[in-house]
Amino acid sequence: MESMVYKRVQETIYYEKLTNGLEVFILPKKGFHKTFATFTTKYGSVDNKFSTPGNNCATQVPDGIAHFLEHKMFESEKVDVFHTFAKQGAFVNAFTSFTRTAYTFSATSNINNNLTALLDFVQEPYFTDENVEKEKGIIEQEIKMYQDSPDWRARFGILENMYKSHPVKVDIAGTITSINQITKEDLFTCYNTFYHPNNMLLFVIGPVVPEEVIRLIRNNQNQKTFREPTEIHRIYPEEEAKVNRRSSIMKLPVETPKVLIGYKESNPKRQGQDMLKYELSLNVLLELMFGNSSEAYEKMYNNGYLDETFTFDYTNEQGFGFSVIGGNSQEPEKLINIVDETIVGFKKKSIKKEDVQRVIKKEMGNFLRAINSSQFIANQFTRYRFNKMDLFEILPTLENLIEKELEEVLHQHFSDISRTTLIVKGD
Amino acid sequence: MDEIAIRSSEQNGLHLHLCNTDKFKTISIMLTMKSPLQKDLITARALIPHILNGGSKNYPNHKLIKQKLDEMYGATLSPDIKKDGDDHIISFTMEIPAAQYLNVTNALLKSALDLLHDIVYSPVLENGVFHSSIVEQEKRSLKQRLASMYNEKMLYASVRLIEEMFEGEPYQLPAYGSEKDIDSLNDLSIYQIYEDLLQNDRFDLYIVGAFDEDEVKLMVHDVFSEQHNNKPVNTISPARKDRNGIKIIQDKQDVNQGRLLLGYRTYSTIQDEDFQATRLANAIFGRYPSSKLFINVREKKSLAYFVFSQLESNKGLLLTMAGIDFDNYERAVEIIREQEYAMKEGNFTEDEVEQGKAMLINLLLEAYDTPLGIIDISIEAVDSGFSSNIVDQINRINRVSKSDVIRAANKWELDTIYFLNRKE
Repeated sequence: MESMVYKRVQETIYYEKLTNGLEVFILPKKGFHKTFATFTTKYGSVDNKFSTPGNNCATQVPDGIAHFLEHKMFESEKVDVFHTFAKQGAFVNAFTSFTRTAYTFSATSNINNNLTALLDFVQEPYFTDENVEKEKGIIEQEIKMYQDSPDWRARFGILENMYKSHPVKVDIAGTITSINQITKEDLFTCYNTFYHPNNMLLFVIGPVVPEEVIRLIRNNQNQKTFREPTEIHRIYPEEEAKVNRRSSIMKLPVETPKVLIGYKESNPKRQGQDMLKYELSLNVLLELMFGNSSEAYEKMYNNGYLDETFTFDYTNEQGFGFSVIGGNSQEPEKLINIVDETIVGFKKKSIKKEDVQRVIKKEMGNFLRAINSSQFIANQFTRYRFNKMDLFEILPTLENLIEKELEEVLHQHFSDISRTTLIVKGD
Repeated sequence: MDEIAIRSSEQNGLHLHLCNTDKFKTISIMLTMKSPLQKDLITARALIPHILNGGSKNYPNHKLIKQKLDEMYGATLSPDIKKDGDDHIISFTMEIPAAQYLNVTNALLKSALDLLHDIVYSPVLENGVFHSSIVEQEKRSLKQRLASMYNEKMLYASVRLIEEMFEGEPYQLPAYGSEKDIDSLNDLSIYQIYEDLLQNDRFDLYIVGAFDEDEVKLMVHDVFSEQHNNKPVNTISPARKDRNGIKIIQDKQDVNQGRLLLGYRTYSTIQDEDFQATRLANAIFGRYPSSKLFINVREKKSLAYFVFSQLESNKGLLLTMAGIDFDNYERAVEIIREQEYAMKEGNFTEDEVEQGKAMLINLLLEAYDTPLGIIDISIEAVDSGFSSNIVDQINRINRVSKSDVIRAANKWELDTIYFLNRKE
C-alpha cells in the first residue's frame, strides 16, 4: 500500500491497486465518528453506446439504463439490501451522474460488515424479468417528479440547445419511453461491461485503520472470480463547437421566468493537470465576471433583474463540457444583455491582478469549506481520479494561476458560436 | 470516543455557545434572534436579515460586504429566517477558513465577528431609518422568493398543509412572510420593528472550530458590547385540536405527479420525556428507506418514488409525504394508514426497534462530524433543556422500550390530509 501525504491540507491518503484492477483509496480521519465509503463505476448516463474487443459491433442501449441499473443493484436474491445496512446502523445510497454511478454508505459502527455488504451487493447482480418490470413504475414516478421541477427541465433545455446528438442532453433517468424498452438482458450487458473492478474505484474515509481496511477488501475480492479486464471503447457522436440552437423559449407553469445562458466547450478533451488548470481558470473567470462581488452582479441586482437563484457553474468531463449562467429573472432579455456585455467587456481589456487575487482567495476558502465534508472528498476525489486529476492539487494550482492564462481560457471558452440562451416562461 | 463539549456562557445577556475542536478546516459562527411568531411582524422580520445584509455603516452596500468577505478567503455570510415551533428565528451564519491551512498568520475570527456585529447593529441609515432603496430592493426580492416557492411542489404542498392544519394557531404563519403584507411595509415601519427586535429578542451565538476559548469569550464580550435581553427559553405550548374528524384538502395545479401529505399531531415535543420514543416510532414508521412506509408504499406496491415521514420536533407535528400517481390517492392513503395502525398495535419487531435505535444513534454521531450538525445539537439542547452530552443523548435513545414506542404512537392523531392534484 502506498501513501500520499498532502501537507497543505494535513491529510494522508493510502492507495492500492488490487490484482483485479480495483483502485482503493483510504483516508483516515481522526476525531470523526462517521465512515463514508463510495464504490464507483466509471459509467454514467452518457455511456449508451460502446464496444469491447471481442465484440466488434457497437452496442446501443436505451437511455436511462445506467440509472435503471443503479436502482436494480439493490435487488438481491438472498437479502434485503436496505435492511442489511439498516441492521448494521448504516445508511446506504446511490446516485447516477453523466459519467459515474456511485454506491455509498455512511455508518458510525460495524464498518467491516458494512464494507463487505457494499462490495457484495454491487458485485452480485440479481435481475429477473419480474423485478425489472416492477422497477419501471417507480422510475416513471421519479422521472415525473423531475418533470415537475422547472429548474431541472431548464437545465436539460439548455443542453438540448447546445448538443445535436450527444447523450448528455437526455435526462439521466431517461424518458418514460426509453426505460420501458429496458430488459433484463440489457442490464446484464451493461453490468458485465462497466462493473468490472478494473473500471471501478473504492474510497473509504473515516476513523479507520488503513491496513485493516485494505486487508478486508483484498480478502473479499480474492474470494470472487472476475474475468480478465477488457478495454471499453465508448462511442460518442461527434459534436462541433457550434451550438445546435442559438436560443429557445420553453413554456412551463412558472411564476417567475427563468433565463439561462450556456457556452458549449469546444475542446472537451483535456485530462490531468491540464484539465484541472482549465476548469479552475473557468471557475475563477465566472466568479470574476458574475460572482456576487462583481460589477455585473451589482448592476443586475440593483435593477432587479436577478434574485438569489442566480448561479453559474462549469461542467467538464471527457467528451463534453459547458458553462451555464442564470436563474429566475423578471427581465430575461435584459439579463442576457448584461451577461453578453460583460463577457465582451472582459475580452477587450486585460484582467486586473488584484481582482484575480481576491477571487483566488475566495475559491481557496470555498475549497477548504467543501473538504469539511467526507462525502465531498470521497465523491470528488473519485471524479478527479477518473479524469486523471488530483483533488488535493486544487489549492496549489489555484495559487499559481496567472492573468495571462486566464485571458487565454476566456477567449477559448466564451466564443460566439458556442453560445446559446434559454428562456422559460409561464403559459 | 472523543468528547466534543459545547460550553455555554452569557456575555452581556447574549447566550454564547462554544465548541472547541480541530476537526474542521473552518470556523463556523451562527447568530440567532428569536421571538414568538406574530401575525403583524412576520413579513417585516422576514425582510430584516436581508435588509441588514444589504449594507452596514462600514460596508454601505451589498457589493462592498461581498468584497470584504472575498478578502477574508471567501468567508460566507448567509442571512436566513425560519420558524421552530411557535418561534420566529432570524439567523446569520458565517464560515471562515481556519488560518492554519492558509499561508497567512492573522486570525480571521475577530474580523468575522466585527463584520457580523457591524451588519446586525449598524445598518446603513438614511434619515435615521433604513435606506429606502435597500428596503425596496428587498421587498422585491421577497416577492420573487415567495413566487418561486410555488415552483417547489413539495415545499408548496407542505406550506399549504400546515396552513390548513394549524388554522387559527400561530404555527400557521409562514416563516418567509406573506405576499399581501409586503406593499404596506416601508423603511420606517420595518426600522421600528428592527429596533424592537434588538431590545426584545433572545440572542444566541454559536461558534464551532479551533480557537482559544477564553480569548473568544473576551472577543465576544468586547464586540457584542450592547446589553441583550436575557430571555429564558419558551415552554412549547401544548398542541390543541378543536376539530372532530379529519380535514381533507385538495389543490389543483399543472403538475405531472400528485403530492400526498398526511399531517398528524403527536402530542410530544422536544421538551417532553417521551420525545425519544416518538423519534423512535417515526424511525420505524417512515423516516428511513428501511421504514414501514418505504417498504410498503414503494417497494411492495410501487406506488411512489419517494415516501417518508418527518417530525417537527418543536411543534409535535408528524408529516408523511409521498409523490404518487393521481389515480393512486385512495390506495396510498389506505396503505399509509395501515402502517400507522401497525405502529399503534405494536405490529413491529424488537429487531425493528433495535434497528431504529441504531439509525438514530448513527445520525446523532454523524451530526458531530459537521459544524452545522454541532450547532443543531447545541440549539436542540437550548430548546429542550436536556443535556447535550453525547453519552447522555445515546443513553436517552437506548432506554426506550418497545412499549414506550407503542405508547408514543398511540398519541398520534391524523389531523389533515392534503393532496396536490392535477388540473382536469
